[in-house]
Amino acid sequence: MSDATTPILEVQNLTLKFGGLTALDDVSFGIKEGEILGLIGPNGAGKTTCFNAVTGVYRPTSGDIRFQGRSLTGVKRYRITQLGIARTFQNIRLFPSMTALENVLVGADAQHKTGMFSALFRLPRHRAEERDGHERAMELLRFMGIHKRADELAANLSYGDQRRLEIARAMATGPKLICLDEPAAGFNPQEKVQLMELIRKVRDRGFTVLLIEHDMRLVMGVTDRIVVLEFGRLIAEGTPAEIRDNPAVIAAYLGVDEEDAS
Amino acid sequence: MNKLKALPKPVKLAFWVLLAILAYALPILEPPIISTPGVDFGGVLFVVTMYCLIALGLNIVVGYAGLLDLGYVGFYAVGAYTAAILTSFHANWPLLLSLPFAVAATTIAGLILGAPTLRVRGDYLAIVTLGFGEIIRLVAVNTEWLGDRRGISNIARPPSVMTGEDGGVVVGEAEPGLKGIFEIPHLYWGDGTVLVDTEDTTQFLVFGVLDQIPYYWLGLTVVLLVLLADYLIKNSRVGRAWEATREDEDAAELMGVPTFKFKLLAFATGAFIGGLAGALFASRQSFINPDSFLLLFSILFLAAVVVGGQGNRWGVLVGAFLVAYLPQRFRDFDDFRVLVFGAALVALAILRPEGLFPPRRTVRAKQMEHELEVLETGHDDGEEAARV
Ligand SMILES: Nc1ncnc2c1ncn2[C@@H]1O[C@H](COP(=O)(O)OP(=O)(O)OP(=O)(O)O)[C@@H](O)[C@H]1O
Ligand SMILES: [Mg+2]
Repeated sequence: MSDATTPILEVQNLTLKFGGLTALDDVSFGIKEGEILGLIGPNGAGKTTCFNAVTGVYRPTSGDIRFQGRSLTGVKRYRITQLGIARTFQNIRLFPSMTALENVLVGADAQHKTGMFSALFRLPRHRAEERDGHERAMELLRFMGIHKRADELAANLSYGDQRRLEIARAMATGPKLICLDEPAAGFNPQEKVQLMELIRKVRDRGFTVLLIEHDMRLVMGVTDRIVVLEFGRLIAEGTPAEIRDNPAVIAAYLGVDEEDAS
Repeated sequence: MNKLKALPKPVKLAFWVLLAILAYALPILEPPIISTPGVDFGGVLFVVTMYCLIALGLNIVVGYAGLLDLGYVGFYAVGAYTAAILTSFHANWPLLLSLPFAVAATTIAGLILGAPTLRVRGDYLAIVTLGFGEIIRLVAVNTEWLGDRRGISNIARPPSVMTGEDGGVVVGEAEPGLKGIFEIPHLYWGDGTVLVDTEDTTQFLVFGVLDQIPYYWLGLTVVLLVLLADYLIKNSRVGRAWEATREDEDAAELMGVPTFKFKLLAFATGAFIGGLAGALFASRQSFINPDSFLLLFSILFLAAVVVGGQGNRWGVLVGAFLVAYLPQRFRDFDDFRVLVFGAALVALAILRPEGLFPPRRTVRAKQMEHELEVLETGHDDGEEAARV
């Protein structure tokens, strides 16, 4: 692929150690604007750790992560989100006793500035941001197909709707790059296909997507490019077709029973 | 509450106005059963409003932002001492002028305490705040400049509105000779009859030594204002940020909430309200000493919030009422008061661990959890099973 656009996110020689354990070992890859990049690998390969490094949860032991040319080292987590990287969690982490709508509103608030004073005196800023937030939140809930449950508590949503709500909340933060950590985990095959359709639509709205997913067939179907991790090392990178035929990947990943890997 | 929500807006408004008027009129009506024989009813009601104020403030910290504060009395003390120093001990300011300084001092105290401690989580905060409450008291005990053990007296009262000797309106310190601009007679409840008692009146508006009803009115007004502010802030980005932080701090941070900033804001807001209550309390008592700020009060304040149902502003108001009012109402059982209080708390912990009136959403979430459990296990431990 010869694409002239510079990557929106660059991971450069990223190494991350937990004590003696090297979770990520000199990993480098980039994501181009507007693409769907798949991040795959067996259990414990370091995929989630990679997300955590990108979103500022873990500080790299060495190496750098650049977003739109700017280094994210030492940038606070909420700042990274405000800069335009949003994520979902492998283990759902919603705000359980807030409603679905409120969950998304918290996301939308990432780009808002209303403080105590504006809220207390109902200043124009509060009104404008509140209106904007509600509109955006409802639109996203509709997009994810859960608008009928807007006033339901997050804890009371079905498992699938909780996963969808997480994506809506992440999108509400107004990101350029959205990182989805196994969004289809626990879905049945039909739901998975629907979700992949949706992820394509997310991309068509102008978001860049970084996707962790175990189901190889789905990853192959939806992604533009794939990065393969094994034991913290990057072992392959390329288009789905290239990855499918890559002997190293077959040995590392496809070699194991697919059921085991999920 | 559900029925109330369904009513049209003017009816709802009328309902709330009526409720407010009733609240203001309560010490004038002196209804039997509710009023406190043997103790000045107006004084009890004033204390109730102070507990309400404190419960609202502490609810922001504990209920909304989920920060366990065991030393809230420290802020109460800072507010009280600032007002005492400025109006009596080291200066002669009028009370109203000292109030902004009292709340500013308390808010700053909150920021100073919160800035280092809110970075650490959970248990540490509880311990540090517990220490803070005690340290403030011990500093007061040991500092001559703060009146040490003897305390500070002659703290200024709010300005009274009176009729002067020449018939004009005078605003200032209450004076023995002057009366209010009008008098409000109390009701007298005899055996089966209700009389207007022209002997027993309240001067409008004299903040004197004997009649505490004007203080109650002042306290109630402040409570209503804080209640309104609480509502406005809760339904905004700030309130959502607090709740998100309470629910899952890491997830909130990753959704763009500067959690530290908002925790500090909650802490400072709570301190602000606590300081305001302290200053008003000091003015009413006209005298404070370190014994007014024992650790026990922190626990009572927290009890008010937890008993009522943390996170629900109406719940914590009920909690405050119960904690402040019941011991006064049942003074006869003085010896058993603490025992009964303890037993009631234990019973509550078993029967209603979320408090008497938890936020409705908590109730809904619990119900769902319960239903799921029933679905999963296929049985229920209790009467529910019979219905299925
Ligand atoms: N906070 C941590 N402390 C110590 N070790 C960790 C920590 N987080 C992850 N690890 C380890 O790092 C390695 C990579 O974990 P990671 O969660 O990134 O894997 P993954 O590729 O997401 O796997 P899965 O498919 O199971 O989600 C694992 O060996 C894991 O045990
Ligand atoms: Mg993972």
